[in-house]
Amino acid sequence: MALELIKGNVAVAETALRVGLVSYFGYPITPQTELLEHLSARMPELGRAFVQAESELGAINMVYGAACTGFRTMTSSSSPGVSLMQEGLSYISGTELPAVIVNVVRGGPGLGNIAPSQADYTQMVHGGGHGEYHLIVLAPSSVQEAVDLTALAFDLAEKYRMVVCILMDGYLGQMMEPVELPPFAPLRSEAPDWAVGAKHPEGERVVLTSININPPMQEIFNVKMMSRWQQIEKDEVRYKGYYLDDAEYVVVGFGTAGRIALSSVRAARAKGIKVGLLRPITVSPFPVEALDNLVSGKKGFLVVEMNNGQMLDDVSAIVAKRVPIHFYGRMGGMVPYPDEIDAAIDEMIHSDHDVNRDARGVWLAKMRELVGTGA
Amino acid sequence: MLDTEVKLIYERPHGFTDVTTHYCPGCTHGVAHRLIAEVLEEMGELDNTIGVAPVGCSVFAYNYFDFDFVEAAHGRAPAMATGIKRTLPNKTVFTYQGDGDLASMGMGEIVAAAARGEQITVFFINNTNYGMTGGQMAPTTLPGQKTSSSPLGRDVETQGYPIRTAELISSLDGASYVVRRSLHDARNIRNAKKAIRTAFEVQKRGLGFSFIELLSTCPTNWGLTPVKAREWLKEYMIPQYPIADFKVSSAIEEMVKGG
Repeated sequence: MALELIKGNVAVAETALRVGLVSYFGYPITPQTELLEHLSARMPELGRAFVQAESELGAINMVYGAACTGFRTMTSSSSPGVSLMQEGLSYISGTELPAVIVNVVRGGPGLGNIAPSQADYTQMVHGGGHGEYHLIVLAPSSVQEAVDLTALAFDLAEKYRMVVCILMDGYLGQMMEPVELPPFAPLRSEAPDWAVGAKHPEGERVVLTSININPPMQEIFNVKMMSRWQQIEKDEVRYKGYYLDDAEYVVVGFGTAGRIALSSVRAARAKGIKVGLLRPITVSPFPVEALDNLVSGKKGFLVVEMNNGQMLDDVSAIVAKRVPIHFYGRMGGMVPYPDEIDAAIDEMIHSDHDVNRDARGVWLAKMRELVGTGA
Repeated sequence: MLDTEVKLIYERPHGFTDVTTHYCPGCTHGVAHRLIAEVLEEMGELDNTIGVAPVGCSVFAYNYFDFDFVEAAHGRAPAMATGIKRTLPNKTVFTYQGDGDLASMGMGEIVAAAARGEQITVFFINNTNYGMTGGQMAPTTLPGQKTSSSPLGRDVETQGYPIRTAELISSLDGASYVVRRSLHDARNIRNAKKAIRTAFEVQKRGLGFSFIELLSTCPTNWGLTPVKAREWLKEYMIPQYPIADFKVSSAIEEMVKGG
């Protein structure tokens, strides 16, 4: 199939439609809006459901209802809108329903700005709504990967009856790249038997709810959810390694930050520095084992993010002071240039290899010098 | 032995499960539930209906209705019903919501669903208080009415005025059928049932968004006997919340005339 030059947001929307999206509910917010706009034309054209909701609260609860029917449904938003959706994500998770949410992350907190960011890592990976639940979180680093992961997201959501998040950023949403879109898949003709409105065995009916008024029943449910998550941690981890075979140093970065870091890793390799890159594709479940296996014999790790070191905490817990960790991040919608990461790699290989070093503290001191504190 | 044929004249509707109610004695939730179940049975819609339960006393509505049901987050039932109806347009989809759920937490969702003209039916139970949490002030609480969070009586100067929800919804062009009925006596209950039938017929025929406000009693939180509660509804609620048709589209008028 020929490659097409498409913007990230549109590519995700068109892919979702091609892999059998039956309903979409959303609300305009930059830098995600093209996704909603594309589907506002395409869904009705194909006789499928599209509603521009009154709010992100409305949108996620429409998704909640649509998910109860067992047919593919999704929403998309950006950080402030996704904050509003957290209530719904908790309910959908607590009802064990498949749904896909795209978060095209922007700079924050608060209204923040519309520039690319990864500041919602903790919110999506470690839960943003109430109660205990997990989302599968997929982090593409190119438009093609966003396409591929969108198709995967629906499969995973249905396989595990849970919410899958595609964690993008304003760059990926807005950037145009040549991609190969998947062919049109036929729509599911029958709903699964757990869905409302589906054909149920004689005399049975379906009630879908997240309520467990009896605490022992809630605990049993939570044990079931945790057991499923344990299985997902075993079976669904995805990541990509670059130049890791002989690497003495490892850079860890996801999404756009991972992609920029790859440029720096290549530049360092050209200078003869033995550095590789681990790019988690599933940031939830996190590639714990892959990272753990990399620790032995390494001289240093550098975590690169477009936030204040949210994944850094996860990496630090795994590396557990066996190897020194460094951090470089930009915040508030600022995106690191490759030369900033080049410098961070350089600093890592010339550092004194102290496993107890305070990666975030050193970085923050540098940031105060670089951008000031506004004081 | 009687020599006459025994004829069953009253039974549990087939749309009901065989369980004991958790509603308080004298509460009209049971009446509202029963009317909905009777109408759906009469229309042959029991196997084609999906209900959306709210948060509030009727959070367990699906324990009584014997057909597919989902349970919404507080106030979000119209959004959830939208998601279901847009995916399964041939199903009969209704929400059942109290005044805290619909007129306070969920005012955004209900107004938007009505404005869109969603082909769903909404039952709005107005009993002037938050029943489940123990009788706090609701958007529907009457001026001067004492509740557990307006112990001196609702002071309109600081706590505002009650919302006439049916009137508000009827002002939206997207709403096709908006009426208020009451459940305080037999005549009104019969009238309520007729309106419920009309609302479901509206949905069945694709004639738009239908909304029925049902004035209801809450003897427990009002501190009244069931009989006194019905009298209180009649004396105090109906002057504030008149029983009327607020919006009946011309297509629905024709439908009703045509039988």
